Amino acid sequence: MSEEKIVDARNTFCPGPLMELISFMKRAGVGDQLELLSTDAGSANDVPEWISKVGHELVSNEKIDDVWHIKVRKIK
Amino acid sequence: MAAMVASVAAASGSEVSVFFSMNALQFLVKENSTLVPPKEGAFGDLIGVEGVPEFRVLFEQAAELGDAKLLACSMALDLLKVSPDDLMLEFGPATGLTRFLSDAEDGKIVSF
Repeated sequence: MSEEKIVDARNTFCPGPLMELISFMKRAGVGDQLELLSTDAGSANDVPEWISKVGHELVSNEKIDDVWHIKVRKIK
Repeated sequence: MAAMVASVAAASGSEVSVFFSMNALQFLVKENSTLVPPKEGAFGDLIGVEGVPEFRVLFEQAAELGDAKLLACSMALDLLKVSPDDLMLEFGPATGLTRFLSDAEDGKIVSF
């Protein structure tokens, strides 16, 4: 059964949100979905770049009230 | 900056080795764990604000999440009179500059 988890990295700056996400990704199982919350504009571009480089799936990337919600599914 | 590059590159799958020498090494000696490096220029004030990950944490993440190798310069260890066991993170063996450069010959070297 795949899980969904929220990774709250609001109010941290680059590369805080990315490192936070990566540490959760390490512990997640294949198929799990993580939703990263970030207030850092740079990370909104950088995190999807990392996701594509490493080969996971970017599910969505939305900005809602100054917070980016980046959903990613662990592929491998 | 070195800690940021190391952690992001290592966590993105690049093979990373970090060679600590000169003024950098003293900040990773266990008994200096609260020692704060001098701020570098105007940006140094900005980067000290809450929310920017501390460099020691980033190097630790580089090693833990991305298998980065942390290496201490043997000359700097000698001058500080410490061994890799006296350093706060998981360090590899004491390494000379010649050895490091020869191991890193086929990679990219980023110097800070």
